[in-house]
Parts: sequence; C-alpha cells; structure tokens
Amino acid sequence: MSIGLAIDIGGTFTDAVLEVGEKRYSAKVLTTKKNPAIGFLTAASRVIALASVSAADVELIIHGTTLATNTLIERSGSKVGLLTTHGFTDSLEIAYEHRFDQSDLFMERPAPLVPRHHRLGVKERIAADGTILIPLDEESVLEAALRLKSENVESVAIGFLHCYANPEHEKRAATLVESILPDIPISLSSRVSPEIREYDRLSTTAANAYILPLMKGYLKNLEKLLDDAGYSAPLLMMMSSGAMTTVETAQEVPIRLVESGPAGGAILSREIAAECDLREVLSFDMGGTTAKICYIDDYQPQFSRSFEVAREYRFLKGSGFPLRIPVIDMVEIGAGGGSIATVDELDRIRVGPNSAGSSPGPASYNRGGIHATVTDADLTLGRIDPARFAGGEVTLKPELAAAALMDNVGSLLGTTSEICASGISQIVDENMANAASVHAIELGKKLEGRSMIAFGGAAPLHACQLAETLNIKKIIIPSGAGVGSAIGFLKANIAFEVARSFYTDLRYFEPNAINQLFHAMLIEAETVVKRASGDNTLVEKRMAFMRYRGQGHEIPVPLVNQNLNCSSATWLTQAFEKEYKRLFGRIIPELTAEVMTWSLTLSTDRGLPEPNISRLEKKQLRSQNFRTVFDSSNGSFRNTPIFERQELSIGDWVTGPALIVEDETSTYVSESFSAHINNLGYIELLLREVQE
Amino acid sequence: MTHVNIQHQVMWDRLITIVEEQAQTLIRTGFSVSTREAGDVSAGVFDLQGRMLAQAVTGTPGHINSMALSVRHFIEKFPTEEMVDGDVYLTNDPWKGTGHLHDIVVVTPTFRDKKIIALFACTTHVVDIGGIGMAPDGKQIYHEGLFIPLMHLFKAGKLNETLIDFVHHNCRESKQVEGDIYALANCNDVGGKRLVAMLEQYNLDRLDELAETIIESTRAAMRKIIRALPKSKVVNEMTIDGYDKEIILKASFEVRDDAVVIDFDGSSPISDFGINVPKCYTDAYTSFGVKCVIAPNVPNNAGSLAHIIVEAPQNSILNAPHPCAVVARSSIGHMLPDVVFGCLHQLLPDRVPAEGTSCLWNLRLGAGHGITNRDPRADPDKSTFTAMSFHSGGAGARPMKDGLSATPFPSGVRNVPIEVLEAITPIVVWRKELRQDSGGAGKYRGGLGQTMVIENREKAEFAIFGTFDRVKNPARGRDGGKPGATGSLKLASGETLKGMGRQAIPIGNQLIINMPGGGGFGDPKKRDPKKVAADVKAGLISKTAAKRDY
Repeated sequence: MSIGLAIDIGGTFTDAVLEVGEKRYSAKVLTTKKNPAIGFLTAASRVIALASVSAADVELIIHGTTLATNTLIERSGSKVGLLTTHGFTDSLEIAYEHRFDQSDLFMERPAPLVPRHHRLGVKERIAADGTILIPLDEESVLEAALRLKSENVESVAIGFLHCYANPEHEKRAATLVESILPDIPISLSSRVSPEIREYDRLSTTAANAYILPLMKGYLKNLEKLLDDAGYSAPLLMMMSSGAMTTVETAQEVPIRLVESGPAGGAILSREIAAECDLREVLSFDMGGTTAKICYIDDYQPQFSRSFEVAREYRFLKGSGFPLRIPVIDMVEIGAGGGSIATVDELDRIRVGPNSAGSSPGPASYNRGGIHATVTDADLTLGRIDPARFAGGEVTLKPELAAAALMDNVGSLLGTTSEICASGISQIVDENMANAASVHAIELGKKLEGRSMIAFGGAAPLHACQLAETLNIKKIIIPSGAGVGSAIGFLKANIAFEVARSFYTDLRYFEPNAINQLFHAMLIEAETVVKRASGDNTLVEKRMAFMRYRGQGHEIPVPLVNQNLNCSSATWLTQAFEKEYKRLFGRIIPELTAEVMTWSLTLSTDRGLPEPNISRLEKKQLRSQNFRTVFDSSNGSFRNTPIFERQELSIGDWVTGPALIVEDETSTYVSESFSAHINNLGYIELLLREVQE
Repeated sequence: MTHVNIQHQVMWDRLITIVEEQAQTLIRTGFSVSTREAGDVSAGVFDLQGRMLAQAVTGTPGHINSMALSVRHFIEKFPTEEMVDGDVYLTNDPWKGTGHLHDIVVVTPTFRDKKIIALFACTTHVVDIGGIGMAPDGKQIYHEGLFIPLMHLFKAGKLNETLIDFVHHNCRESKQVEGDIYALANCNDVGGKRLVAMLEQYNLDRLDELAETIIESTRAAMRKIIRALPKSKVVNEMTIDGYDKEIILKASFEVRDDAVVIDFDGSSPISDFGINVPKCYTDAYTSFGVKCVIAPNVPNNAGSLAHIIVEAPQNSILNAPHPCAVVARSSIGHMLPDVVFGCLHQLLPDRVPAEGTSCLWNLRLGAGHGITNRDPRADPDKSTFTAMSFHSGGAGARPMKDGLSATPFPSGVRNVPIEVLEAITPIVVWRKELRQDSGGAGKYRGGLGQTMVIENREKAEFAIFGTFDRVKNPARGRDGGKPGATGSLKLASGETLKGMGRQAIPIGNQLIINMPGGGGFGDPKKRDPKKVAADVKAGLISKTAAKRDY
C-alpha cells in the first residue's frame, strides 16, 4: 500500500491530501505567511493523524507553493545585478514599448526587477546565427562583477543577446563572476530560458535570480524541518507545467515553480476527463479571488511556453512580466467569491477585478467588510447556507450582505437587493464566459460539444449559468473539489522540458545541426529527470515552434522522436500546415515556413485511468427540505429543494432548480439542468433538453 | 433597474466580447507585422443605420474611429435592404476607409432567419499595396499604390476573382496581402456567428432595442460629462517639422450645451508630399484625444463619438482631398491629441499631459534593387529585404507623474524584438538604450527617448524610409516644464540625415537614431530633490543637466 502526501500552499489556505492506497484524507489550515513551512507541517501532521499513520510511513511528498509567485507580486525578492550585452542594458525597462491600457493617460508600467544602476553592459556580441561579432571582453566582466560586489547584490543574472544560439560568452562570464562573487548564485539566460526574444528571456532570467535566494532558503529549511519531524520520504516540487521535479532542480530554476497550485487543478481535471471519457473539456476553477479556465483536449491540458506574472493592473494583459517557461495554459479572471461589485458612470453593474479577499472579506463575513461581493450576492439569492459556508469556518450574516448590496449598488440604481444580487451573479458569470470564449479563439479551440469540470469553493454555484452561456451541456463536479489542486499533485508525472531557439528557414534545412541540438537537449533533460524518476520508463516528446516566414507568433508542431534527414523539411512543412489549418481553418499557399524554437520533454508515464462509465439505474429523489432561492430566469424567488451531497448515492437523480450542499461548497442546479450522482461518485449535471 | 436592464447589460458586455473575438481572430491569422506584433487592427459591430455599437480594444485608435464612419459609406452605396447572405464588401479608399491605401476595410452583413440584423467591419494594415511603398515621397495618391473603390469581395458567397487578380499583380508580397484580405473576411464571420448565437440564447430576432439602449445610455453619460465642463472657447497652436516645410496645427475647442467642437481652422494647407490627412483620420485622432481626457471610461461607440464634433477647412492638411498623397498621414494625425490637450489644459489643468513625441519612430528598413544602389551582377550574394519595427520616443510628463520613456501615445503599438529583426535580416543593432537627458525637465520629468545604432552586416547599402517628426520642433513642456530633446538621424561618420523620406546608408557606415523625449510638466525647480538624485543615480539625467535644470 503506497502512502503519498501532497501539500498545496495557497494565498489563504494550505491544503494537505494524504493517499493511503485507495483511501484519501484531507485537511485545510490557514497559510502561515511568515514561514510557510510551519503551515506545511501543521497540515501534514493533521492529515497523517487522521489516517493514523506516522511521518516515517509516508513514501512520497509532493509540494506546490505560491511562494515564488507572491515574491514577484509583492516585490519581496533579492537584490539582483544583471550583466548584459553592451548597448542593451535597458531592454528590461523598455520592454515592448507598449501601453496596455489605450485610454489611460496615467498608466504606469511595472518597474523592472533590476534597477538601472544594477544593470551593467559587457563588451561582447554574438550574431543571430551564433557567430561571434565581438569577443567577450573579460576585463569588462570583471569590472562589472566588482561593481556588483560593492553594491552588495545577492543574486546575479547574466543575459547576452543571441546566447540561445551560442552560450559560450555567458558561461565564461559566469566563471569570471564566480571568481569575484563566489557565494552569490548566478542565473544564466542560456540555461533558464534559451529562447529568442531578448526582453522575454531577460525578464525570465531576472525573475529567476530575484526569487532564487529566497526559494533556496525556504526549501533548505523545509527539508530540515521535515527531517526533524521524522519524514524520510523524498520531497518533489510541482512546477507550472503540471509536472514534478526534485528540490535540487527547483533551487536552480525556481521560476518554474510559479503558479504550480492551479496547475495541480488542471492535472486533476485531466484525470477526471479520462475516467469520465470526456475528450473535450473546459476546466473551471473558481475560488475566493479568481477564476481559472483551462482547456483540456484528449486528456491533455493546453500547454504554453509563455506566461505573464505579477500584473500591475490586475488581470490586464501586458501589465506584468513575461516569463518564458513551460506552463499549463490558463486564463485567470478577477472573478471569485470576494470580487467586489460597483456601479459605473453608465449605471452599469461591474464585478471585480478587485477582491475583498479573506480579510476583511465580503460584507456577510462580519469582519468589517463594507463592499458588496459575489458571495454576498449568492447568499442573498439563497444559494449559500449561511451556517455551513466553508465547512462552518465562517458564519455568514445575510442582513449584512443585503445592506452592502443596497449601499453599493441598489441605492444607486434604485432597485432591491435581490435584483442587485441577481445582476451581480449574472455579470460575474458573463465575465467568465466572455474570458473563456475569447481565450478559446486565441487558442483556436471550439466550445461546442465541450464538457465542464468544475471545482474550487465557488465554481459549483456558478457552473450552470456559465455552461448555459457557453453552450456546454454537461458538467462534472468531482468529490473533494475543495482540495482539488493537492489531489492533482498526486497524479502528476516527473518531467522536464528543455527548449532552444535555433532559427531554421526550411528552404535551407540542415538536419545534422538540429539532430545535435536534440541530442544535447535530451542529455540535459535526462540529467534533471533521472534525479527523481529512478527506474521508471521515460517517454520523450519533441516539438517544433513554427510560423510562416515573417509572422509574429509560432504554433507548436509535434515531431516524431527520431533523427531528421534531408527529406524532413517537406515533412515538417506538411505537419505545420496541418496544424495551421486545424487552428486557423486554412493555409497560405506558396509561403515558406520557418522554425524559431525546438523543444523536448522527458517524462515518466504513469498513465491515465481507463474510462469507467457505466449505465445507471436512475432514481428520482424528492427532498423534504426547501429554501427560497432566487431564480434568475424569471426574476423571482422559488421554493427550492435542498439535498445533502453525503446522503446521495450513485444513481440518485434530481431536477433543477435544486441545491446540493456539502461542507466545502454548494452546487446550484438551475432550472435548465438536472443532476445525478454518477458511478464514480461525482455530481453530473446535464442540460435538460439533451437528457436521454 | 429591472430584469430587462440587466439582460441588456449582459448582452452589451457580450457584444464587446464578440468584437474582441473578431479582433483576436484577425490578429492570429493576419500577416502584416503591424497586425500581428502591434495589434494594428480594428473590429466592430454596427446596427443597420451604420452606428457603431461596440469596438474591440486594439492597438490603434486611428483605425477604429475612422472605420466607425466608413460603414455609412458602404450602406450608402449598397443599401442594406439589397444585401444578401454571403455578401462581403471592401475598400481601401483613404477618404471612405481609414486614411491611406495600406488599410483595407471589410464589411460583412449578418443575417438571422434570412433577415439582415447587423454589420461587422474590420480593418488591418496590409504589408504592401504597390506604388512607391511606405515612404511619404509620393506627390499624389496615384504614386501610392492600388486604389480599391467600395466593391464586393464576395457576392452571395462568390469570390470576386477579378479583384484578387488585380491585387496579385499590383502588390509586392501579394500572397500575404491576399492572406490578409481573407483573414479580414473570416474574422467578420466569426463575429457574425457569435452574434446570431447570442440572439438565439435570448430569443431575439433583432438588435434594435439593445442598440437604442447602448447608444442612449452612452449619450446620456457624455451629456452629463460635457455639461460639467466650463462653457468656453479656447485655442491652441503647435508647430511641427513636416516633410519639406514646417506645419502649423491650430485648433479651437468650444464647449457647447451637448457637444464639444474642435475646429482646426488656421492650420497649414495641404502638403506636396504624402503626409496629408483625410478628414476621417483627423476625426479619429481628435476624438480619441478628447475622450482620453474627458471620458476615458465611457465606451467608444457611435453614441460617444456623436458628442465630439470635428471641423477642418477643406484643402487644409487636416482635410486633404483626393488626389493628395496620404500614406504617412499618421505622422501628423498622431500629433492631434497634443493639439487638443493644449486646449483642454486651459479648461482642465490637472488632467492633461505635456506634449510627447507622439508620432512613431518606426524603422522601415530595406535593401536590394530599387531600394538601394545595387548591381545584382556584382553582388549576387547580398540579401534583398524589407523590414519594419515599431519604436517610440518619450511621452509627455503628466500632472503628478513622470512621462513614460520609449512608449507610444496616442498609438498603442508594440516593438519587434531585436533578436527577431536580426534573425530575419542582415541588420545588426549595436545599441538600443534610453537616451540620457532627453526627457524635458519639470516638476514631473518628460519620458526619455532612446538611441539606436544600426548597421548592415553585409557589405552593402541599406535604406531607411523616414517618417519622423520632432527633429526640429520639440515636444513642449507644460506649466513651466521644459521641452523634450529633439530627435535626430545621423551617420556614425558624422553626416546628418533628414527626418522624412527614403535615404541610403553607405556601405560600412552606421545609422544613429536619437528619438525625441517628452515635454516636462511644472517648474523643474519644484521637483522633489530625491527624484532628481534618483534620476542621476540611474543615469537618466546627467549631473550637468541636474545642476543646470533643477
């Protein structure tokens, strides 16, 4: 019987999940911000006590944390010095020379993580094809290192132009810097993010250097505390790609740990998609502050190679730092239980992106919050049981919710708190639906025929309305939805992705150079993965990031795992055109394709669950308990039956409107849907017009 | 506020999303650098009267507000009652589209149950349209390329092959131009399908009621804002470099009961070169500038645009008639918000920035036969290329805030990474850094320009197509703030080049581009000494300048 422990440290809560064979135990404690390791150990000891096992019995520990993300958002990282090519010290500050808000005259771009007097130029220059135009001037490196020493920097980043094509100057510069600053960690852009586009690469490398000392300290301390507490199992870290890696790798490239929690949620959705045999899924995670939407096709979450962190203007694209790291692609919307409702200049209700958070929280928390939030609206609509919110952790006060709705919205619009609440609920659902459909377009995905998997405290309350707007006819609400990310951790693979930019015009295709590149990438990935994977079989996945000559964005094209030869150019063109057509509906004849970047992922293969769907004997249930719940479809309150999720068994069937309540959340079944418990114990919601 | 109001609000939000999807589709599938890298597109939905109901928020306000007017020209020529499903229309008429031949506007009617319900329109800047290319050296529209009058692209679903054939034989990179035309038509379809789905969800067979709500509530918001403005008339004047002679841009700004009126009477006459501005483009950037100051949060649609009235005398450079050359109309058009701000500052002193670089300092580079001196027999190995990269000088300082460095305004484009430019051309960029002391001094400092140094790695000439202003006339400061530095184009060997027009850089020489800085705001002596010290420490200003100016 294997025993695995997963710990997910989020902004508010630290979740622990312990799997003992088939059995699962979970616990939730408040995150201990000053030293997150304390909350980690509290949650861990709580969950092993529940399962009556000891620390030494645990065989594997998997950990995801928002520490890396928060360090960037809160600007609480280290003092970084940056060495870059002479003439380019401002790349980090000039960024894309863009304004992310067209009509805001008072817009500010985020200040770079490295101030100007810590960004030093070094005489050297490499061309796009890797040839050396100006050899590295070692004197200027040593001078810069001495300058950084006198400034007491705590971490060094080195990023030269075109180093993805030739890393020699960066490597040599690192050796020289080390001779002057032997105890200071160095992040090389050719190692952290060896991809074309200097600003993105420097931004990623600077961010890595910025969080590295802190993450290293945290992980060292955590390992020691775990050891002291009697845990002997290996500790693995979740990455933003949804895969695990060793603590050693995490200390070298901590930037890959950003957003690892939400990635766990997507991994859980992938498992459920496989079990329920759903080939096209929209994964919907809605918590206290944000909602996250991820597309999962053929049981594979959508991956991306870029991500933006620490957005200055919440959720506004372009207002943060770009990171070029492998991530599970998600759109994050400022729509959660704590999202604040306001009225704009045109008397329209606006919801979010600002959030009341957990402190003071929504008005109904009775902790001094005065804003009207989504939770206050849901409560007023009768969809939340005030006594059982968040497992009884917070007792909600409906009268405070109604007062806040009137003060902030109703009095301005001359309407009742119920109409306000209904408006807020519809608007927040519309915000999420709109973000989901624009993102589908950006990814070339279609929404028709998709199923939804909904988890997180607030998602089951909003899933029906969102699904209806997106024309989604089936929703799954898994069990244990409140600790979904941590459950996902236990289903993750050990993997590492390596990418290198190597510009290739297919008209002048040189297979040998690319084969050598892949060979080097394979060795790099193996070194990392084998630290943790032991004897497990590994699978390899190769990709080319291609575009039509002169286009601005690349699309990923899967490759076969074998050496390329002279005829591969034709094959690559065909593979590219096939992908292009799938995404955009047509190809452009007579235009040549080019490859900007190549990538290789090496991964363990724990496999996915087999589809496990059986036909059910359906039993229509009637409830004895009723509550008045607002029905948005006709704008009035209705007596609505309430069911206890724990008391429902497989095959039990209810028609909307209805509420299914449990400790961590409630599922609102709208009139258009019916709900039943499927053979896996999940709530399955079906649009009534499509029921068998 | 009732249930129906909320439903209208939800549908309004949805319309904005639909046009956003329309624009994203275009950005993902378009070809020209300005479409993909810079988001230089616009997309919108219109009612059957040709009123714009919603627009996508994209990189270029100039497109959107001129496209907002364009749809009416289409309806005039092709009445909506005669439109059939499968019709798609287009034009690049600078006076009925968005101001120059490189912008193609495509309009598509949307049908539900065989009844026309709305029109979708979109614009993008294509890679090439023939003629002499993107330089303002032409003297008539005929020099600037292929002119496509308002016509069918598809008629009841059937492609206008004659048109495609003309495009094919009149444009460089014609495959990409054709690709862009299909991308335009395709994105309108995406918008149309989503609109029909929305009407189905809400069980509606027409948009009229929603359209009224949108226009009326927007107009009510605008009326309220305008009535709160001081009733008066103010004037402002700004001098810029122009192509061969200086240009005066003069505006009066009058607040009336329900509208503001901006009149450019007194501005310079038309130019002999391609920097003339068709009226639709003057309207677009003027109304954008006004709206940024007085109503930044009111949605941009026919309702808000109706309250900003723009006048410019016929045959002035801001109302240039056919057949004036107009290709670089943006180098003047981008200056209009600064002219408007100068007026508005007199009415609303705390809400308006100082002047900025405003016109883009885009690098249009090329080499090869017909672009540079080249004998293909002597130089068979030398590359032929054209490349375009978007760059900006400094923006004006704001009341309470420094100006943004190397950031465009009013345009909203993004740059192309140097590594990408170098990967696809033989160009090498030796330097791209903020330009010390270029930001105008002030209590709030103007944004800095940047310096770029460029060379051809091959032993061959290369050319720059200049459309640069603020080389002679700097961005002025406000309220005692000092002007930003002027820009310059030089060779490493010392010669100075002109801001406007095609010029060749000799073999082995380097081109040094110093982009202008933004004007300062307020008396420099009142600047917080800590900020001055921080600027010196960061090297944004020199010690000498700190002593002299602060």
